[in-house]
Amino acid sequence: MSSYRIQGATADWEVVIGLEVHAQVISNAKLFSGASTEFGAEPNAQVSLVDAAMPGMLPTINGECVRQAVRTGLALGAQINKFSVFDRKNYFYADLPQGYQISQFKHPVVGEGTVTLDLESGTTKEVGVERIHLEQDAGKSMHDQHPQFTYVDLNRSGVALMEIVSMPDMRSPDEAGAYLTKLRTILRYIGSCDGNMEQGSMRADVNVSVRKPGDALGTRCEIKNVNSIRFVRQAIEVEARRQVDIIEAGGTIDQETRLFDPVKAETRSMRSKEEAHDYRYFPDPDLLPLEFDDAFIEAARESLPELPDDKKARFMEALGLNDYNASVLVAENESSDYFETLVAALAKATGKSPTDIAVKASNWLTGDLFGALNKASKPITESPVSAEQGADLLALVEDGTISGRIAKDVFEIMFETGKDAGTIVEEKGLKQVSDTGEIEKIIDEIIAANPGQLEQYRAGKDKLLGFFVGQVMKATQGKANPGVVNKLLKPKLDG
Amino acid sequence: MSNIDKATVAKIARLARIKIDEEKLEPMAGELNNILGWVEQLAEVNTDNIEPMSSVVDAKLRWREDTVNDGDKADSVLKNAPNAEFGFYAVPKVIE
Repeated sequence: MSSYRIQGATADWEVVIGLEVHAQVISNAKLFSGASTEFGAEPNAQVSLVDAAMPGMLPTINGECVRQAVRTGLALGAQINKFSVFDRKNYFYADLPQGYQISQFKHPVVGEGTVTLDLESGTTKEVGVERIHLEQDAGKSMHDQHPQFTYVDLNRSGVALMEIVSMPDMRSPDEAGAYLTKLRTILRYIGSCDGNMEQGSMRADVNVSVRKPGDALGTRCEIKNVNSIRFVRQAIEVEARRQVDIIEAGGTIDQETRLFDPVKAETRSMRSKEEAHDYRYFPDPDLLPLEFDDAFIEAARESLPELPDDKKARFMEALGLNDYNASVLVAENESSDYFETLVAALAKATGKSPTDIAVKASNWLTGDLFGALNKASKPITESPVSAEQGADLLALVEDGTISGRIAKDVFEIMFETGKDAGTIVEEKGLKQVSDTGEIEKIIDEIIAANPGQLEQYRAGKDKLLGFFVGQVMKATQGKANPGVVNKLLKPKLDG
Repeated sequence: MSNIDKATVAKIARLARIKIDEEKLEPMAGELNNILGWVEQLAEVNTDNIEPMSSVVDAKLRWREDTVNDGDKADSVLKNAPNAEFGFYAVPKVIE
């Protein structure tokens, strides 16, 4: 249970959150026409006469969009409806040439499912999904290009969206953020939506209400079109606070649509849309019901990759990773792909089993590589060090060619230059010295040069062992094998 | 029996962006009530255990392949627009 509370003057208030996520379906063509969905084309270049709602044009469903919605439903463990219906949602706006949006109202293609949130406390929480339906996106209006006119581009008009509606199961901004993060991860894994909130291919309407814990649900307000996870969290905070202040001052909440202004950090009523909620849905007479059979569903199921939760469990159980490393690696498909290539290459190079080297590989990846990528603001797909190169580096540590300390230096050079680890070690002469004769010689020299410390050590100051180890490492520029140094040094010091 | 009053007619007209003069609202309400009353005769038929009919012909929804075979016709699309600039429709300013 979330303990997030809004502190009011009279009581502590619980916030109740539900999210409607609009996710643009990945497909080549639009939901009901053969025009392209590609981002960034010239205005109105990707518009068919269907998208422009010319008289007499008829919509024809794109099977791929149906398949993607079904795959998404399956990935959320949801009920798939073999019979669903397209309805007209009627409203007027300049970027909606039909005067209605083709959507699904009473009979959506996907029914109830679940998203499992990974919370920062390390616990999980299940949030219900009420439904997923397919619908058309609208065009794009630009209000700031001309003093008298609004410019309308219909390239987005008719692109397929999945509206993923959650149950009001979230109780804090953190949970809402975790829901969006997890949903985005799943959509990206299965390739049904690119999850890019900046480009608008994923956006959220946020339903917020407040109540005293244990009370019935309060009246909710819907905050429209919030386009980043950070803004969703902020919008919830300020909206919950606004509602608490109104109720505590003796007022009531009007159920209404609001806009979040991130600059002023406030939500504002969209009064102009007061009547917009009267959508007068009715079944679209241009479209027969959407029907498919079990074979279609099974084919969609078989096309799904391993899902993030399953992959995380496998990383923990089969490879022995800890919860944190496993979570970090599965968050992006690209990271887990890199990790799996790394482990396979390292296992091959060392002849060890994946379970023996996976933890080391994950520590290096989530620590050294992610740290360096982060600093360089690069995604893992643009890493200057490939998974194979990373495996070579780790293999050199495994077989004792270089020490772990030296490996960090080698990695830095690899990251800068893209060179292979072996080459760098060779060029800079960084090979670890394990030759006992050579190390013994150095130890003798150091003991001879530090009679004072030797005396103190022998008088019982054990800690000085570290001093001697440090001197040996310094004399060998870190290249001495620490294991060998320890083994040789102690008997000599003890005399 | 449904009953459409003057206020309902005015509301529907506004939602449909149809202008109806004040003095026409009352007669229109009467006409709509007549139509609805006529349609409601259908309610007399017993439809228990009968599947809703979605088409008068035995047809299935036709699906299309996910191929791009349309678009690239901005000129045609904009041809009937009262005003177009720089490839955009130019409409009276709409601001929230």
